[in-house]
Amino acid sequence: MSTATKELTKQEALFEYLVRLADDRLILGHRLSEWCGHGPILEEDIALANIALDYIGHAANLYEYAVEIEGEGRHRDDLVYFRNDPEYKNLKLVELPKGDFGYTIARQFLFSSYSYYLYQLLSNVEDEQFCGMVEKHFKEVKYHLRHSREWVLRLGDGTEESHERIQDAFDDIWTYVGELFHQDDIDEVLQNEGLAADTVSFKSDWKDLVSDTLNEATLDVPDWDQFMVEGSRQGLHTEHLGHLLAEMQHLRRSYPDADWE
Amino acid sequence: MSEKNDTDSNDTQWPLWEVFTQPRDGKPHEHAGSLHAPDAEKALENARDVYARRKEAVNIWVVPSDQIVASKGEDAGPFFDPADDKPYRHPQFYSVPRVSKRRS
Amino acid sequence: MKTFQERIDDGETIEPKDDMPDRYRQQLIRMMSQHAHSEVVGMLPEGNWITRAPSLRRKMILLSKVQDEAGHGLYLYSATETLGASRQELIDQLLEGKAKYSSIFNYPTLTWADVAVIGWLVDGAAIINQTMLARSSYGPYSRAMVRICKEESFHKKQGYEMVATMADGTPEQQDMIQDAVNRWWWPTLMMFGPHDEDSPNSAELIKWGVKSKTNDELRQSFVDRHVAEAHEVGLEIPDPDMEYNEETGHWEFGEIDWDEFWNVVKGNGPMNKERMKARSEAHENGKWVREAAEEYARKQKLSKEKAS
Repeated sequence: MSTATKELTKQEALFEYLVRLADDRLILGHRLSEWCGHGPILEEDIALANIALDYIGHAANLYEYAVEIEGEGRHRDDLVYFRNDPEYKNLKLVELPKGDFGYTIARQFLFSSYSYYLYQLLSNVEDEQFCGMVEKHFKEVKYHLRHSREWVLRLGDGTEESHERIQDAFDDIWTYVGELFHQDDIDEVLQNEGLAADTVSFKSDWKDLVSDTLNEATLDVPDWDQFMVEGSRQGLHTEHLGHLLAEMQHLRRSYPDADWE
Repeated sequence: MSEKNDTDSNDTQWPLWEVFTQPRDGKPHEHAGSLHAPDAEKALENARDVYARRKEAVNIWVVPSDQIVASKGEDAGPFFDPADDKPYRHPQFYSVPRVSKRRS
Repeated sequence: MKTFQERIDDGETIEPKDDMPDRYRQQLIRMMSQHAHSEVVGMLPEGNWITRAPSLRRKMILLSKVQDEAGHGLYLYSATETLGASRQELIDQLLEGKAKYSSIFNYPTLTWADVAVIGWLVDGAAIINQTMLARSSYGPYSRAMVRICKEESFHKKQGYEMVATMADGTPEQQDMIQDAVNRWWWPTLMMFGPHDEDSPNSAELIKWGVKSKTNDELRQSFVDRHVAEAHEVGLEIPDPDMEYNEETGHWEFGEIDWDEFWNVVKGNGPMNKERMKARSEAHENGKWVREAAEEYARKQKLSKEKAS
């Protein structure tokens, strides 16, 4: 846990940073995996499962590197299955229930466009292992952006119903995007070492991409200056995360001594 | 693609497309299978997810199925038999001196 | 000109545009669409455990396996479409209850061990059936099967690996896996269908080279292989009549409960209603999405035409 009073070591900060990135991807992958078998058409069922797999795979790599950095012999699954809600540091944006397909796509677009810029910077961090991992993930992140952006266009400029649904989704989700650019002492320590991305540096590019896409999709861009929620990186979540974790962790915790690999 | 003039609640599974994948650089595209997609961009994306998710392709073509013109089974005789008596069309017809692989 | 039957007997492959008896076409549509529906409905029992998988590795394996099943459904629907039936029609038939799918998927997955056992037994049974169908006389069906078999081999392997891990695990894991075997063994044997004498379609499908083995032959090869695999990891098969016949080299097994079989086929299995409800809901909830994409494509085409 990060505390403002204690001086953070580079190692502690990197561990925390990797876990934040991993948590975002694991939880979003979980939400997307809920579509498996329930998608709007077979082809899209496959596409969503693919993206879910990418995210969970990215999370697995990031957790693995995190426990390596930590150096206490923990397994990546210890982080996944044996941390409680406040110890999870994912953005609230990714833990919200999957909603309808419009909601899922709106979130996918906001998150993958953000990840696109983030990964662009992360692929230059001064840590070979981290860099190599990011480069591999980046290829998939680019595709996630393409997939979700194309859907935003289709739903926005499709039928009246689809237009309304995806507009509602963006309006609903908007309050959760402010946090994407929130930075704290963890980011500061690492940025000084060239180990983290300064998210503020791409904020206006990201806003342009989002605005242009929504405009092209004949959608209204919600108010950028509206109230934005905060606190995710300090472990403050919505009520949804608790239920998600209860489901995800119950089997593993019911038999803590069992090996399932 | 299906001709559909009415845009009301006429639900479909989207038009059918044929997918051709190129397994490796320099190899020809091969028919991989079919899928449904509303348009070319989504057909390409779906083809990537359906027919190249195990890295089976470096390049993909998609073609609306109704744009494929195929010879019929009954054409098999007149279409393909002529090759039978034109052995000179096949490389095996020629015997050529073996050239050593080593370059001087 | 050869007759259709002569082409079959000579081992020729029948392609979509070839002449074929109407009954051949109809039987294939029935069989292939059933097969496609089974893949798609089959995503549900295992999909039930994706969010609860006990390790990240198992989660990724399971998700990619269930995703593969969607792909297999897609290949099979496409192959069926070459016979002139549209996917829309086929899905409507399923949702209206006019088409069948494999009854095995009407059983519930109650514990994580069920996921392991489905991979081992259910996919094991599917592979035996599909390996035969990869040599089917109808080109698109056999090609879809070749592709599916390639992907399916990892499904069974991951299942058996998990079965072995649990059978070698804690006492709770061992109980869990044996309980799952007890519940899935008999329904899996039923997957091969009625006895040959009660299977009216079987002889015809063999005559047409769609199938090359009878239900009972396939079932026997399943039993022989899986009894050995069960013993290898110390699991018991829940059949007191199971006995090895030294002369034939086969495992002889007890009689299947055919009342249960027909009851589940008729819709009275433990999960029939839930499975159909899940499929219907996905279809209904996806309707506005499918419509939107099609409407967008229409608008784009129109504006392109105007521009040129």
